[in-house]
Amino acid sequence: MIVFQKPKSLADVPLHYCPGCTHGIVHRLVAEVIDELGIEGRTIGIAPVGCSVMAYDYFNCDMIEAAHGRAPAVATGVKRADPEHHIVFTYQGDGDLASIGMAETVHAAARNENITVIFINNAIYGMTGGQMAPTSLPGQVTQTSPYGRDVKQCGYPVKVCEMLAELEGPEYLERVTVNSVKNVKNAKKAIKKAFQNQLDGKGFSLVEVLSSCPTNWGMTPQKALQWIDEKMIPYYPLGVYKDRSAGTEVSK
Amino acid sequence: MSEKVLMKGNEAIAEAAILAGCRHYFGYPITPQTEIAAYMAKRMPKIGGTFLQAESEIAAINMVYGVSAAGKRVMTSSSSPGISLKGEGISYLAGADLPALVVNVQRGGPGLGGIQPSQSDYFQATRGGGHGDYHMIVLAPASVQEMAEFTVRGFELADQYRMTAMILADGTMGQMMEPVSLDLHVAPMPEKPWATTGTRMQRPHNIVNSLYLVPEVLERSNFERYERYRTVEENETMYESYRMEDAEICIAAFGIAARVSKNAINAARAEGIRVGMIRPQTLWPFPSAPFRAAADRVRCMISVELSMGQMIEDVRLAAECRVPVYLCNRVGGMIPEPEQILAAIREAAKTGGNKQ
Amino acid sequence: MAKLTFRTDLCKGCGLCVDACPRQVLRLAADKINKKGHHPVEAADEAACIGCAFCATMCPDCIIQVER
Repeated sequence: MIVFQKPKSLADVPLHYCPGCTHGIVHRLVAEVIDELGIEGRTIGIAPVGCSVMAYDYFNCDMIEAAHGRAPAVATGVKRADPEHHIVFTYQGDGDLASIGMAETVHAAARNENITVIFINNAIYGMTGGQMAPTSLPGQVTQTSPYGRDVKQCGYPVKVCEMLAELEGPEYLERVTVNSVKNVKNAKKAIKKAFQNQLDGKGFSLVEVLSSCPTNWGMTPQKALQWIDEKMIPYYPLGVYKDRSAGTEVSK
Repeated sequence: MSEKVLMKGNEAIAEAAILAGCRHYFGYPITPQTEIAAYMAKRMPKIGGTFLQAESEIAAINMVYGVSAAGKRVMTSSSSPGISLKGEGISYLAGADLPALVVNVQRGGPGLGGIQPSQSDYFQATRGGGHGDYHMIVLAPASVQEMAEFTVRGFELADQYRMTAMILADGTMGQMMEPVSLDLHVAPMPEKPWATTGTRMQRPHNIVNSLYLVPEVLERSNFERYERYRTVEENETMYESYRMEDAEICIAAFGIAARVSKNAINAARAEGIRVGMIRPQTLWPFPSAPFRAAADRVRCMISVELSMGQMIEDVRLAAECRVPVYLCNRVGGMIPEPEQILAAIREAAKTGGNKQ
Repeated sequence: MAKLTFRTDLCKGCGLCVDACPRQVLRLAADKINKKGHHPVEAADEAACIGCAFCATMCPDCIIQVER
C-alpha cells in the first residue's frame, strides 16, 4: 500500500528552489489539499513575484502570474468572474505580500474576499539575492542590512497575522511553520481549512508559513530549520489569530 | 432611426459597456470621470454584475487583469494621475495578451495638475505608458454618440486582438450632454480557450503569464505581438475627413479640439480660406496615410491640441517633412477658442507653408 | 516491511529527510552524484524502515514514495 506519493495536482517537473528550501514542502501541501478536496478542475492559482514566481509551472490547475504584490487584487478579479465555480488561491512571499502588496493584502482581508492566501514568511528577499524583507528580524544581517537590521533606522518587522486580526473583515488567520514533521502536519491542516473556508463561502483565509531560506540565511538546511525555532517563532508566535466561525479572535 | 436619449458622455460609456456585455467594473474615485463609477455602482448589482470600488487604481487594474484572465469582458476608468498608476497593470495585460477596456477621461498635468480637460496624455496612451514594447488601441471620441460606439468597439477590438483598448476622452467629453442612440450592434464575444477558468479536468492547465526568462522566447513573443499590431494598423485605423476635398490647409485635431476646430474651419471657409480637417478617431493606430496623402496637396498643417504639442509629432512623421506643421494649443485645462484657431488659420493662409 | 522509492535525479541532497528519519535508514550517497550534481539520498538500511513517511514529509522536492 502506498502511504506517501507525489500529489496529482503537483506538476511532475523539477522545482527550481535551492536545496532544502521549504517552498517545495508548502507547494506539496497545497497540492495535497487540492487533491483531497477534489477541486483541481475548479482551482485557479495566482503566483507572485519573488522566488515562487514560477509556481505557475508547478501546479496542474490553471495558473496566473501577477505583478509584484498584486496577487490579492488579481485573485479578487478571478473570484468575482465566477464566484460559484472558481476556487482561487494566491501564493506570496513576504516582500510581495507584506511590502509592495500590503495595500492589496489588507483590503482583500478587509473585504473578506472569499479567497485563500498562502503567505511564505522567510524573513528575506530570496530571488534577488537576500535583501532585507519587511519581516526580517531586528538585528538580522542581510545584503541591505549588512550591520544587522537597525530598527532605529529602518523600523520594525511587520507581523501580518497580528495586524490583520485587528480587522473586522477576515475569516481565518493562522501562522504555522514547516520545520518539523509535526509542524508540517499542522501546516497542512491550516491550509486545508483555508481552502475549505472558501468552499463554504466563509471568506478571506490566510495561512502564514514560517519558512527557511538556507541560501540567503547562509546556513545548512538543517540549521535553517533550527533558526526558525530559535529566532523566528519567538518573534512570530505560531497559532490561530482569527477564526470567526469558531469564535476565535486571537488565540494568545 | 432609433430613439435617442440625452446622456452625459461618461454615462454613455458606462451604459454602452453594459450593452457590450461587460459585467465587471473596478475603479477608484477621481475627477472628472466619477459618473462612470457612479453609474456602474447603480446598474451592476441590478443585472448580476460586479461593481467594486478598489483600494487604488493599481488594485483596480489588477482586478481587471484577473477578470480578463478568467475570460470575461471587464473595464476600469480613471483620469490622468490614476492612469499613471494603472501603467504597471496595463503593461502586464500587454505582456500576458489579455483584453481589457481602460477609459481615460483626461485632466491637466503633470503631477496632480488640475481637474479641467486636457489631451496631454497622448504620448502616454499612444506609446503604451508602461514599461516594455507594446501598444494599446486608442480610441478618441468627439461626441457622446462616439463615446458609446467606441466603448463597444473597444471591447470588440480588445477581444479580437487580445489587447487593451483605451478610450481617450477628456473632461469636456465626459461631462457633455448630447442625444445618443444606444441601438448599438455588438459582435459576439470570441471563444477564449486560453482563459484560466479552471480545467474542469478536461484540458491541460492554462497559464496566464508575462514572464519569459529565455531571451529567445521573449523576443519571439514580442515579434508575434507586433505581427498582431501590424494587422491592427492595417485594418482598424479610423479617422474622419472634414472639408478636405479642396483644402490648402489641413487641421489635425481629435476629441474636443476637433469640435472647436470645426467652428473655426467653417468661419475661415466663410472668409474664402480653403481649410479642412483630418480627425483621427484612432490615435493608435494613427491614420498616417490620409495625412501623408494630404501633405502632397496642402500648403501646411495645423495641429490643434490641448497639450504642449504631442500629436503634432505623429502628424509631422506622417507628413514626412513635405509641409510645415504648426501648433495651435492651450494647456492646463484651457480649451482653444474658435477665434484662436481661426487666427492660426488666417496666419497660415497669409504666410504659412509651401507656396502653391 | 516498508519500501522506499526515490526519484534520485530530482534529489538536491539537502538531507532534511535523513534528519527526519527516526530509524536512521537514510544517508546521502557520498560516492554518487546525480544529474543535478548532488549526492542523492539513498537507503542505507531499508530493512529498518517502518514506513512512517517522515522523510517524504520533509522532502522539499517530493522525490520519495513510501509503501508499506
